[in-house]
Parts: sequence; structure tokens; C-alpha cells
Amino acid sequence: MYGFEALTFNIHGGYLEAIVRGHRGGLLTAADYNNLCQCENLDDIKMHLSATEYGPYLQNEPSPLHTTTIVEKCTLKLVDDYKHMLCQATEPLSTFLEYITYGHMIDNVVLIVTGTLHERDVQELLEKCHPLGMFDSIATLAVAQNMRELYRLVLVDTPLAPYFSECITSDDLDDMNIEIMRNTLYKAYLEDFYRFCQKLGGATAEIMSDLLAFEADRRAVNITINSIGTELTRDDRRKLYSNFGLLYPYGHEELAVCEDIDQVRAAMEKYPPYQSIFAKLSYGESQMLDKAFYEEEVKRLCLAFEQQFHYAVFFAYMRLREQEIRNLMWISECVAQNQKSRVHDSVVFIF
Amino acid sequence: MVASKMAQFIDNIPSMDLMRSEKMTFAQLIIPVESAHRAVSYLGELGLFQFRDLNENKSPFQRTFINQVKRCAEMSRKLRFFKDQISKAGLMSSPHSVLQPDIELEELEYQLAEHEHELIELNSNSEKLRQSYNELLEFKIVLQKAFGFLASNHSHEFSERELEENVYLNDGYFDTASPLEKELKPGSSYQSGLRFISGMICKSKVLRFERMLFRATRGNMLFNQAAADELIEDPVSNEKIEKTVFVVFFSGEQARTKILKICESFGANCYPVPEDISKQRQISGEVSTRLSDLETTLDAGIRHRNKALASVECHLAKWMNMVRREKAVYDTLNMLNFDVTKKCLVGEGWCPVFAKLQIQEALQRATLDSSSQVGIIFHPMDAAESPPTYFRTNRFTSAYQEIVDAYGVARYEEANPAVYTVITFPFLFAVMFGDWGHGICLLLGALVLIARESRLSKERLGSFMEMLFGGRYVLLLMSLFSIYCGLIYNEFFSVPFHIFGKSAYSCRDASCRDAHTAGLVKLRDPYPFGVDPSWRGSRSELAFLNSLKMKMSILLGVAQMNLGIILSYFNAHYFSSSVDIRYQFVPQMIFLNSLFGYLSLLIVIKWCNGSQADLYHVMIYMFLSPTDNLGENQLFRGQRPLQIVLLLLALIAVPWMLFPKPFILKKLHHERFQGRTYGMLTTSEMDLEEEPDSARQHDEEFNFSEVFVHQMIHSIEFVLGAVSNTASYLRLWALSLAHSELSTVFYEKVLVLAWGYDNLVIRLVGLAVFAFATAFILLMMETLSAFLHALRLHWVEFQNKFYHGDGYKFRPFSFASLTEDDD
Repeated sequence: MYGFEALTFNIHGGYLEAIVRGHRGGLLTAADYNNLCQCENLDDIKMHLSATEYGPYLQNEPSPLHTTTIVEKCTLKLVDDYKHMLCQATEPLSTFLEYITYGHMIDNVVLIVTGTLHERDVQELLEKCHPLGMFDSIATLAVAQNMRELYRLVLVDTPLAPYFSECITSDDLDDMNIEIMRNTLYKAYLEDFYRFCQKLGGATAEIMSDLLAFEADRRAVNITINSIGTELTRDDRRKLYSNFGLLYPYGHEELAVCEDIDQVRAAMEKYPPYQSIFAKLSYGESQMLDKAFYEEEVKRLCLAFEQQFHYAVFFAYMRLREQEIRNLMWISECVAQNQKSRVHDSVVFIF
Repeated sequence: MVASKMAQFIDNIPSMDLMRSEKMTFAQLIIPVESAHRAVSYLGELGLFQFRDLNENKSPFQRTFINQVKRCAEMSRKLRFFKDQISKAGLMSSPHSVLQPDIELEELEYQLAEHEHELIELNSNSEKLRQSYNELLEFKIVLQKAFGFLASNHSHEFSERELEENVYLNDGYFDTASPLEKELKPGSSYQSGLRFISGMICKSKVLRFERMLFRATRGNMLFNQAAADELIEDPVSNEKIEKTVFVVFFSGEQARTKILKICESFGANCYPVPEDISKQRQISGEVSTRLSDLETTLDAGIRHRNKALASVECHLAKWMNMVRREKAVYDTLNMLNFDVTKKCLVGEGWCPVFAKLQIQEALQRATLDSSSQVGIIFHPMDAAESPPTYFRTNRFTSAYQEIVDAYGVARYEEANPAVYTVITFPFLFAVMFGDWGHGICLLLGALVLIARESRLSKERLGSFMEMLFGGRYVLLLMSLFSIYCGLIYNEFFSVPFHIFGKSAYSCRDASCRDAHTAGLVKLRDPYPFGVDPSWRGSRSELAFLNSLKMKMSILLGVAQMNLGIILSYFNAHYFSSSVDIRYQFVPQMIFLNSLFGYLSLLIVIKWCNGSQADLYHVMIYMFLSPTDNLGENQLFRGQRPLQIVLLLLALIAVPWMLFPKPFILKKLHHERFQGRTYGMLTTSEMDLEEEPDSARQHDEEFNFSEVFVHQMIHSIEFVLGAVSNTASYLRLWALSLAHSELSTVFYEKVLVLAWGYDNLVIRLVGLAVFAFATAFILLMMETLSAFLHALRLHWVEFQNKFYHGDGYKFRPFSFASLTEDDD
């Protein structure tokens, strides 16, 4: 594939690339967001969305709407898009598309396991799961008592199985363990995805390695910040960082010993791409960090569309759409709770 | 003199409806609030007023009537819900619609809400009943099937032992323990902890379910399954699916909770089956009676629901229509502005001049009906933008207008090529598709479409049929003309016929041996109509037909291009732009006709006097050495001086169309802005508007270089176009040749060849291949290609001579144009 994408890409990927670029054109624009921010109630939002690609999905909803309904229906659109693309895809694009969902799978597994731990109803938990991360026997996760059982009963059948090799212990499940499991799984997943993209080569490898490296670095920073003040040891923390990305390996050394947010900041400011993110934050603040990272991510995702003949557009589209749904959720919440002044706090505009 | 006479003559031509678009006027409506709704709905019924959106900068939910629009949307959602329910219940739409007095929107809203409430309640009731019914049904099946497993368990000690062994064989660890177990077992095996869970699961999940159970219990279980005999509705999702009854035997309390959890997560429904046979009998009896009870209740429920749905159904179409109209009315009202006093709505828009009276009458009716004290004011205004283009078409002309509109909607009041397209389009098609056999096939197809017109127009057709049906009258004329051209070419599925008498030629002697080598002799007068059938199969057939068709193509092309230029004169005359006539139309006419008009003349003369002159040679040396003697290529006396004159005229015509116009425009512009000639103002404005560029920069600085460059581009395009467009018309010959050669091949190499064998099968196969080739290649693909080429000749070669096509269509607010897709 190296170097000759332009010659052969369209044989299998051309149709889907056209589809995904069409979908990208359907993302909400600045004018849409402006109008959405002016909405008085959820019906207004529904009416505004009815003129967009979400229209057919919201059309038949009876009038007292809830934020959850809006988000659910919008997610349904994303899932439909995804399923359509997956149906049409051939190797290796289909594998690539499947990789995109593994992240949701990990989240779902963690959600169910945590939920069962706190004795919540399984059906209720299932409804909360992201539909992209569903697999057949997900409900059975509730049966498992420890990691080993979890793996042996359920996960061995899923694509997540290989990622588990690091975290099979006989420990009983508790919140801390689960969180470590999530991050270990995620680390293994990102590294696997990264390797897969490298194998694909060409523009896909180039762009995806950039996007995934950003993702890995962001996770590293988040792990560091969240583990400050917990009993997680430095070595354990170090183990949760993915073994690639801009911060690997020296940045990781520095992050591993950080004791407060300002140390993280000092470590990160040595890396020019992240300097600009931290420059937006005042000292000692970590609330707006998520938004800053999201904004940077959206910018990078949008840039993925500037090149042709590669698979990163699919990844970028899925991520952008997810971001858009997060935005819609936030706007709807703000509108529903009459807190319109806070709309701009967490909306990340995509253009 | 000539020009003024011609102008006079043109003025006296009776006006043609299709030639110019309807005169439009811009009007303002000032409507009192109380009669606004009625006025707009009356206008919608009339369908001749195009509202302009005066609130463009407002987002949809900031507009005045947004609440009503929302209510309409909500109502149409309810109506869709009813429609959905009705189609699910399988009620046929009854053709008779109950006549009911018109109801108000508010009342309808109330009724709809009531109906929806009732329906939802009925649904939820029947849902509960159905769920318990399905559960009972599953229970019954489980009882039957599980009874089989358990019965064998009880009655035959032997099989039980086997069963136990099975269990242990699954688990290697307890191999050594099994003899011990065996001793303990007799008589008390199931009491001593071997228990079971029975239930039902979707068939597709069985394998995974079994595997999961095996893993969870580490193999300490026995899984029995049996397929249910019928499709069963799942109690949860209400879909008919294949299901399997299972019985799991296991031991231990922990395993039990695990298995129950797994059952739950797999969506398997567990039912308790008693181990005692008599109890089983009793329970299954109870289940059966309860099932039949429920069945009657359910039936009654369904009857009741169907009745309720039927009562909605008879009004549904009417209500949907009504809601759609209301929504359209409020959408339109949202385009209107409030005036200062907030008592009136102000609307602006376009309407055709002929409809003014109708509109005023409708508005008056609205005032009266809503007993408003203030009338609605309708007054024409001036508008800066150019009016929309509106042609009144009927079902015959609309398809042709569509062909033209597909290229571009005519500028307001510009000459409409559709008038000529009605005949020239099918005719040019037929020149390429000349075969009266194929023409008759097309004609039959077109006649079928036209005969079923009233029925087909109501149906929803597929996109391909839709296109075919829309173009049925185009198809009709195309087929008629191709029959005509086929008769001229004398081809019937490529076979010539002696329809119009005998051939003019015959063989030299009776045996006809040397017909192919020495040729035929002419005996009689020329064949009266079309091509003599004797040309067919002769050595010079192709040479003769090619020469004929090529010359014919040139003649047709030059004629059509001349028509195009003449239409540009009509346009210039209509917009009284003398600059365009003098410096564009006249030199263009001269240039085209002095070169290709002359060629056409030569062709006609050559046909008339049968000269042997080489026309290529004549045309080429007319440029290369115009003064040379023509020699044997001379067709008539005085040809050489005529050629020199024509050549000079053509050479003069080029700078004539290039230079004067921009300079004159510049001069007019100067005069206008220096205020020297007040009298000229109107005409100069007209002139300026004629030029597409100056129209845009109406008030801006006159940009001479831009105008000049444009004029240069136009002139060069015309000069080069005259040559290339004429050459382009040769496609008429090329496609016609291809068509006749293709059909000859199919006829001779398939049909005739197959007929040569004295074998029925081969003949039939040959016939089938011939029929398929004719239908798919000649009738469908060739039709398509000839259609496209005719389209190109019209859009490019014909319309670029005069057609601007930069107008926009008149889209009146009309209820008739509301379709179901609008929802």
C-alpha cells in the first residue's frame, strides 16, 4: 500500500470515503450551534434539529422531550452510520472500523462491572451502555466475581481478550481494581490499534499515529491528575501509560513522579504542542483541561479530512460525531435546566 | 428600411404563450391580522402568488407563528402514528371517504389527542395481555417438552444413570469419584441435590448460552434442548422468532444463582416445571384453560382496537391533508412582517399579471368571510431584482419545458427555446434513430403510457418509470418521427421494403450475376419516397448513404443554428436593444451563412444538378486560394466571384462583432452619467441590462476592460463555434450509421444465420437472441444515446446562440404542490 494509495485506494475504499465525507458535511455548523444556543426549551431544539441530519430520528418523538431521548436518538444516528459503513467495508477497513469501537467496549465492560459491584440492575446498566460497544454476552459480565472469572466467562470471546493478559489477577473486584483494569485495557488497546495502523502504512499510519499519540498522551495526563493523592504507586502509575506518543518515554518519567497539578503542567510545557493547551489554563486549575484537550483533539480530527486516500477520516468522523453529541447533550441540559449562561462552558465547536 | 419593416412584421406576429414567460408583477399585501390566515389559505388554493421571505435573518423559532407550526408538526406526528398503527393492524384503506363537515383545527387537535390517548391505552392493555399470553404459551410448550426429558428420567432408572454419567464425563476431575456416586445414587438422585432449571431461549443464542453455562459451572451440568415446533412471539419484543426449550440439570446452590443470572442476561425465560407427573398434568391443564380465556379476551381487545382504528382511518387522509395545509399556511405566515401598528401583516411577493384580478377577488372573499372591517390592500410595487420566470405549460408541453429547464431556467421574458424543441428535439432524435420497425416498438410503448395516463399519474412509480412516464409525449413524437425517418432511410429492422412502388434500378440481365461487380441499370423514374431499396447490399451502399446522411446533417445543423441566431434577433428586438441587432445579430448571420450557408447552398445545387464537384475541395480552396480557377469543381457560373465576396464578408464580420459593441456601451454609459441625454436614459438602461455583466454592476463604475474581454470571448466563441458546431451536427450521421449497422449485424449475423439451419432449436435460439438484442441494445441503449445526443445538440449547438438561461422559476405558494414528502 505504501505510496500507491492514490492508485488503488478507491477500488475498495472510495465509496466509503465518499460516504464518510458526506456524513462529515452533515455535522452541525456554527450557525446551527448559534441557533441551538438560543433555544428556549427542548422542543425548540428538536425543531431545530429536524432540519439537520438528525431530523428523521427525532421526528416521531412525542412532545415532552427529555435530554436522554435526544442524546439516545442522536447516538442512534451515529450507530446507523457506523453500521452502514461496517457493512460495506472490506478488509482491512472493516478491521479498522471495528478497532474504533473497542474503546466503547472497554467502557461498557467497566460500567457493567462497577454497576454490579454496587448492586445495580443489569437491565438499567445495559441501557446506559454505549451501543457501539455492545457485544453478545455483555450482560453475563454481572456473573463474574473477579478478574479471572471475568476473563474466563465472558471476555475470552470478545476482541478484548488479548488485552487482558496484563490484568488477570484473582483479586476481588473493587473500584480501584476496576479503574486500573480500565486503564490497562485501554493502554493495551491503544498500543494494539497503533501497531495495526502502522501495519496499514501510508497516510493512514501517518495521521492515525498522530491522533492516537495525542489520545495516549491525553490519557497519560488524565491518569496522572486523577491518581494524585491516591494510593497508586509511582511504578503502578507508570505502568498505565501507553508505550508510544509524544511523551514516551521521558515525559512519562516526569509524569510518574508528579505530586500536584502544577508539576504536571511543568512536565507538559516542555512539549510545544501541549504548551498551548496549558497556556490557556490558569495555574492550579484542572477543570478546563478536559475542554482544552477536546478542542485540540477536534482541531486535529478536522485536519484529518485534509488528506485523501486514508482511513483516519473514519476515525475522525466517529470522534467528531461523538463530540457533537456531547455538545448537544450539554446544550440540551443547559436549556432544560434554564442555565443558558453556562452553555459555552463545555461546548466544543467543530468547524 | 428593411429592418423597420421586419420589426413591424415581427410586432404583428400573434403572441405565443410559450415564447415569452408570463408578465410578472411585484406586489405588496397588507393584511389585517384577523383575516390573515384565511387570506393566505385562499391564496394557497389559488396557487398563483409567490411569497418572499421577509424574515430571512430570523431563526425559525423566533418567528411569529412558530407555536402553530409546532402544533401542526405535533399533529402530523400523531397522524403518522395512526397511519403506522393502521398499517400494522392490516386494515385496508377504504375507498369511500365519509363526508364530514369541515372541522376547525382546534377541534381536530382535540380529537387527535383523544384518539391517540385511547389508542395508547388500548395498546398498553393488549400489550399486557399479549405478554402474559405469550408467557403462558411458552410455559405450555416448556411443560410439554420438559416433560419428555423428565419422564424419561423417572421411568427408566437406566437412562438416569446414563444421564448422570454424562454429567460426570463432562468433568474430568470427578472421574475417580463416579463409582462412589453410583452407589449412593439409586432412588435418591434428584432429591440429593440434582436439580434443574427449564425455560425457553431464542434459537440463535442456544450455542453461546450452552457454552456460557458450561464455563460458569465448570462443566457440572447437563444441557438438554428441544426445538419448539412453531414460531413464538417473544413476550418482550413481540416478534415471531424460533425458540428452543432447554432443561439444565445441575447441582448446588451457587450454580443455581449463576445459571439464573446467565439466563437473565441471555434473555431466556425460565419456567418452573414440577417434577411430579400428576402435578405437571394439573398445571398444564390450568395453563391451557387460562390460555383459552386469554385468547378470547385478546380477540375482543383486537376487535375493539380495530374498530377504533377504522373510525380514525376513514378520516385519516383528509386530516393529513388538512394538517399539511395548515402547516403550509403558517409557514407562509411566518414569512410575513408585522407593520408598525402591529395590527397588520405585510407580505411581498410575485404574481403573474393575468392573475391580479383572481388574487384581488380571493383577498376580497377572505375579508368578507372573516368579517374583517378593514379590507386587504394589494398594491403593485417596483422591485430591484428581476422577476421569476413562469411558463404556463400543459401535460404535452411540460416535458419539453423540462428539457430546456434542465439546462437553465429562462431569463425573465427571454425567448423560450421549448417552443421549437417540441418539434426539433424528437426530429433530431429520429434522424439518429431512423428505423420504422424500431419506431413502431417505441410508438407502442408511448401509446401504452398515454392510454394508462390517468391511472399511472396517481400511482407512485419507480424512478425509471417516473422518468419514462414524464416523457411520454416526448416519446410519442420521437417514435412518430423515427417512423418517418425510417421510411426515408427505408429500414425496417434494417430490412428495406418496396412500399412506395418498384425500385428504379434492375439487373443488366435476368441472371443478375454481375450485379455486384458491374452494377445495375436505371430503368424507371427515381423511387418516389426515401432511399431506393436496391441500394441495400450493393457495393456502394455505404458510400451513398454516408454522403446522403452527412449532407443532410449539415443542412439540418445550419438550419437550426440559423434559427438560434434569428431567435437572438427576436430577443434583441423584444428588449429593444438596437446595439445587439446591429453589432451582434447581423455580423453573426453574415459570418455563419457566408461560410456554412454557402456550403448548404452548394449541397442543394449538387443534389439538383447531379454535379461531380468535390465539395471538400471547394470549401478548402475557398480559403487557401480564393482567386484560383475552380476547374471541374465549378457548380454554377459566377461561383468564383461569389466565393470571394463571401469570404470578404466573413472576414469583415469578425471585427464587426468584436469591436463596436463595447465602445458603444462605453459611450452610452458616459452620456448617461454626465446627464447630457435625458431622453436616451431608458434605452441606454435597457441596453446595459442586456449585457449580463453591466446588469450586475448597474450602479458601479463601467468597467470597460471587462466588457471588452467578454465581448472578445463571445466573438471568438462564436467564430470557432460556427466551425465546431457544424462539425458537431455530423453526429446525426454518425449515430444514424451506427444504428443501422448494428441492426444490420443483429439481423444478418443472428436471425438470418439461425434461419439458415433447418433446426427448430437453433432457430428459436436465434430468434431469442435477436429479440433480446433488439429490445435491450437497440431499443433501450440506442434510444438513450440518441436522446442524449439530441439533448446535447439542443443545449449546446442551438441554445448557445441566444439563450441566457439565468432566470429562476416561479414557485407560487400552492396547496396543490404540497406532497406527502413534505412531512
